[in-house]
Amino acid sequence: MIRTATAALAALLLAPGPAAFPGEIAPADKRSGFAEMGPALQAMQRDDTAHPGMLWVQDGADLWARAPSADAPACGGCHGEARASMRGVAARYPAWDARSGRPIDLEDRINQCRRTHQQAEPFARESADLLGLTAFVALQSRGMPLAPPDDSRLAPARQEGRALFEARMGQLGLSCAICHDDHWGRHLGAAVIPQGHPTGYPLYRLEWQGLGSLQRRLRNCMSGMRAEPYPFGAPEYVALELYLAERAAPLPLETPALRP
Amino acid sequence: MRLGRRVALTLLVLASAASATRAEEAGQPLRPVTIVGDAIPASLTGAAGDPARGRALVLDRTRGLCLLCHAGPFPEERFQGNLAPDLSGVGARLSEGQLRLRLVDGRRVNPQTIMPAYYSLAARTRVARAWQGRPILEAGEIEDVVTFLASLRGPARDQRTGP
Ligand code: HEC
Ligand code: HEC
Repeated sequence: MIRTATAALAALLLAPGPAAFPGEIAPADKRSGFAEMGPALQAMQRDDTAHPGMLWVQDGADLWARAPSADAPACGGCHGEARASMRGVAARYPAWDARSGRPIDLEDRINQCRRTHQQAEPFARESADLLGLTAFVALQSRGMPLAPPDDSRLAPARQEGRALFEARMGQLGLSCAICHDDHWGRHLGAAVIPQGHPTGYPLYRLEWQGLGSLQRRLRNCMSGMRAEPYPFGAPEYVALELYLAERAAPLPLETPALRP
Repeated sequence: MRLGRRVALTLLVLASAASATRAEEAGQPLRPVTIVGDAIPASLTGAAGDPARGRALVLDRTRGLCLLCHAGPFPEERFQGNLAPDLSGVGARLSEGQLRLRLVDGRRVNPQTIMPAYYSLAARTRVARAWQGRPILEAGEIEDVVTFLASLRGPARDQRTGP
């Protein structure tokens, strides 16, 4: 009896690496897509003077300080120094929004401030203004662990996000989990499959030659499965973002990250 | 799950697409296939495939997509995937009929497989508009790939042209 149990245990321990087991990633194995990159790209992400994404962040810093119109305050007019007031904010988004009664992501939050406190038109999703401002706000949390709020009102959407993550879809019938839970670290053609953590967004992708949001990344993965992407801003993305944040915590925030 | 040899089951791919969306039903009907054991013995088109066209499809990363997941005896191809078994010698391991079923719908052999079903519209969700109602490969293309795979008989090295 004990022999068989020992043998079974040994077989488990000797089995190939974590990527061979379907299921969730063990906490000790969690790692950012940063770890999957070569040393040159890692160095570029680490060096703000060489990081092309910092150009967007600089524009975001300017926007933070600029009033949208003569009679409306700048972001900084209400929040003061971003370094102090925005520290840790990005690490806890998506969060519950009492006003709209639903979870919202950081881009939504910024646009709500535009509408309600600045009487200005919301920025379009993926516009340079929204990406820059979001990246500037998230930069203030760089290095802090993701800390999704422990708020029961978020649970249903997070659960929906998990279901979406595990659902097969598209012409190829794949799921996020097949690639990012079961086969991370393996080669999908030329690409190493990362664990799919949302820690770096908005980030600069060499393939995009620009900054892009997490929703843009999710749309790319959906197109790869030949699935119909949801429109930008769809609640399904926020649900996925909620699940991804919980799945990634407590990895540190990297915004703006750099990816191939 | 291996399907027992005794089980001979006729599957109308079109009929099993009952859960597919209306748009998918609007596509060209797929040809009926007959599964015998763990194989589809008969050619989908009634004709043999063209191995050169099959090879091109297998190598094409936007059409066959095979090398995203599989490696194979293609020394000139960089960046082959490692999510799936190496295709070297697969023609010696599996019959043409077995190869055909694994391409048409590998879920018939392993319901959990991650290999896409290349000639089935069954159990699809949220297919992007451009792909709705279409199998991943057409019947003639499936035959081209089957004929090519059947020719991969030796170990990887024997099929290489270079060292
Ligand atoms: C067939 C494999 C595959 C599927 C399915 C897939 N992805 Fe990805 N994903 C990748 C690869 C590969 C990358 C790395 C970027 C690249 O090279 O395209 C990536 C990148 C990501 C990233 C960015 C990670 C980083 O470090 O910046 C996130 C987040 C992500 N995927 C989430 C998802 C979600 C959510 C789904 C389902 C809606 C999904 N993926 C489906 C292969 C896949
Ligand atoms: C998304 C990943 C993926 C893609 C794309 C893919 N396969 Fe597969 N394939 C697999 C996996 C995984 C298996 C292992 C069997 C299983 O999962 O049940 C497999 C099994 C096979 C087998 C049986 C191999 C054996 O030794 O039993 C053949 C033949 C095969 N694939 C051919 C192809 C060809 C040809 C293509 C392209 C037209 C292709 N595959 C595309 C993942 C893939």
